[in-house]
Amino acid sequence: MIKQQFEIPAGYKKWTTALLGIGILALLLGFFLLGMSKDEHQQTRFWAVLLQNALFFLLVCNACMFFICATTLAMGGWQMSFRRVPEAISSLVPVFAILALIIFIATIVGGAGHHHIYHWADKNAVAGDEILTKKKGFLNPTFFFVWTIITLSVWSLVGRKMRQLSRQADEAPMSSETSRKYVWNNTVWAAIFIVFFALTVGSTIPWLWLMSLDAHWYSTMYSWYTFASTFVSACALITLFVIYLRNQGYLEYTNDEHIHDLGKFMFAFSIFWTYLWFAQFMLIWYANIPEETTYFKIRIHGPYRGLFWLNLIVNFVAPILILMKRASKRNYTVMVFMAVLIILGHWLDFYQMVMPGTVGEEFTLGWFEWGILVLYIGLIMYMVGRALSKAPLISKYNPFLKESIAHESP
Amino acid sequence: MDIRKFVVGCYDDEEVLFPAVKKVRRAGYKIHDVYTPFAVHGLDKALGYRETRLHTAGFIYALMGLTTALSGISWILAKDWPLNIGGKPHFALPAWIPIMFELTVLFSAVGMTLTFCYLCNLAPFVKKHHFHPRATDDLFVMVIECTTKTNVQEAQNFLASTGAKEINVQMAEVGWWLGTYDKDRKIFEVGKEAAVSA
Repeated sequence: MIKQQFEIPAGYKKWTTALLGIGILALLLGFFLLGMSKDEHQQTRFWAVLLQNALFFLLVCNACMFFICATTLAMGGWQMSFRRVPEAISSLVPVFAILALIIFIATIVGGAGHHHIYHWADKNAVAGDEILTKKKGFLNPTFFFVWTIITLSVWSLVGRKMRQLSRQADEAPMSSETSRKYVWNNTVWAAIFIVFFALTVGSTIPWLWLMSLDAHWYSTMYSWYTFASTFVSACALITLFVIYLRNQGYLEYTNDEHIHDLGKFMFAFSIFWTYLWFAQFMLIWYANIPEETTYFKIRIHGPYRGLFWLNLIVNFVAPILILMKRASKRNYTVMVFMAVLIILGHWLDFYQMVMPGTVGEEFTLGWFEWGILVLYIGLIMYMVGRALSKAPLISKYNPFLKESIAHESP
Repeated sequence: MDIRKFVVGCYDDEEVLFPAVKKVRRAGYKIHDVYTPFAVHGLDKALGYRETRLHTAGFIYALMGLTTALSGISWILAKDWPLNIGGKPHFALPAWIPIMFELTVLFSAVGMTLTFCYLCNLAPFVKKHHFHPRATDDLFVMVIECTTKTNVQEAQNFLASTGAKEINVQMAEVGWWLGTYDKDRKIFEVGKEAAVSA
C-alpha cells in the first residue's frame, strides 16, 4: 500500500519550532537593536537584510512554479511522481509576496533606512541627479507599486490555478477524452504563467527590485542572472524535500532516476548561472566604461572581494566538479550536500548583490544576517510541511503518472 | 586478421528478442553483438554490458584542450609577442575564457568521436562484415560467437527454441579488416559457411 498522506513527523515539528523561535528572536532583537537604533547605518542594514532574504526566497518559491509550468509545457512526465513537492513550495508565494510588499512599503513609502535602500525613491536626490532624472519614467514609486502588485497577484493566482488543476487529477479515473482536455487545460495555464514569468522575472522585476539598488548602474544580463540564481536554488530546494520524503518512506514512485534528473538540473543551471555571471562581467570588463565598472569596483577591489570569489567557487567550481559524475547524482548524501551548498551559495550571491548598493563599504555578516536566514528556513519548513500534509503526495489519476513511474534517466 | 565462426539468429520482434537474449546468456553462450534496425532501449542492460568509459576519455581530452588553449594564448600574448590591446594587461584572462572554453569543447568532441570510432573498429577503408542485410531494415540479428567448445548444431537448435525466425552459421572477420568483399557474391549470401574461402 502506497503511503499517500504526509504526516509531519515529531522531529520535523521540533526542528521547525526551534528554527522559527531563533528566527523570530533574531528579528525582534534586530528590530530593537538595529531597526530602532539612532545609527543610520544600522537601520539600513536591518532593512537591507530583510529585503535580501524576502526577495531571494520569494523568487525561489516562485521558480518552483516555473519548474512545474516548464515541465508541463514540455509535456514532461518524469516529474509527476514528486510534483506535489514543488507545488507545496510554490504555495508559499502569496505569503512571501506579502512579506516583500511590507518591506517595499516601509522602505519606499515609509522612508525606512533613509532611502539608502532605494536611492531613487528620494525625490530630493533625484532632482539633483542627471542619471536618475533620466530614469524617472521607469524608476518611480507609482510604477514600482503598480507593477509589483500586478506581478505578485498574477504569480499567486495563476500558481493557485495550476495547483487546483493538479488536485483535480486525484478524484476519479479519466477517460482518454477527459485526460486530453485536462492536459490541454494544464498547458494553457502553464503557458500563461510562463509568458508572464518572462515579462517579470525574465526582465522587469529584477530591474525594479534588485538592480535599482545600484540606481546609477545598469546591466541587461541582470534579470537572467537573477533568474538562473533562483531557479538553481529552487531545484536544490525541491531535491532536499524529495530526498527527505524518500527517507521518511514516502514517494515510493520516486527513485534514483528522478533524483538523477534533479541532479542534472542542478548541474546544468549552475553552469548556466556561471555563463551569465561571466557574460555580465566580461562585457563590462572589456568595455571599461566608468558608469558600468562601479558595480564591480566595490565587489572585486573593495571589501566584498572575499565574498565575490567565494561565490564563484561555491556556485560554479563545486557543482561542476562534484556533480559531473553520474554516480554522485545518484548518491543521496552527495545530492543533499550539494543542494545545501547551492542554496547557501546563491543566498550569498544575493547578499553581495544587495549589500554594496545599500549598506556600502562597511558590511557585517553577523548574527542578524544568519538569524533572518534561519527565520526563512523555519518559515519554509513550517509552511511546506503543512502544504504537503494537506494533499495526497501522488496525483493518482494524472495521465502522466505512468510515464513517471517507468522513467529511466539515460 | 582473425576469422571466427558465428551462429546467427534473426528475430522479427523486440518482444521475442528480450527474453531470447536472457535465455541465451543464461545458457552460457557468448553473444558477440545484437544488430537492430533502431536503438532499442534497455538492450544494453539486458546484454549486461558494463558502463562505457568513453566519458572519462572525454574529460581527459577536455583538460587537454583547456591546457592547450591557456598555455598557447598566454605564451603568445604574454611572453613571446606582448601587444598593448586597449590598455588591458598582457595576461588578460577574462578575454581568453571564451577561447579556452571553445578549445575544451572542440578537443573533447573530436577526441571522443575518434575514440568511439577506434573502439568500434571504424575507420576509412576498413570493411565490416554484415551478418544480415535486413538488420538495417526490420530484423533483430543476434550473433553468437563460437568457441572451440561450442556445439554448433546445439546452438542452432537452442536459437530456434527461443523464437529465431532464421538461423545460419557464418565465418566472419572480426576486428580491423582491410580486405575486400568478393564482388560477384551478393552480400546476403556471404553468410553461408561454405561460401567463405577462409
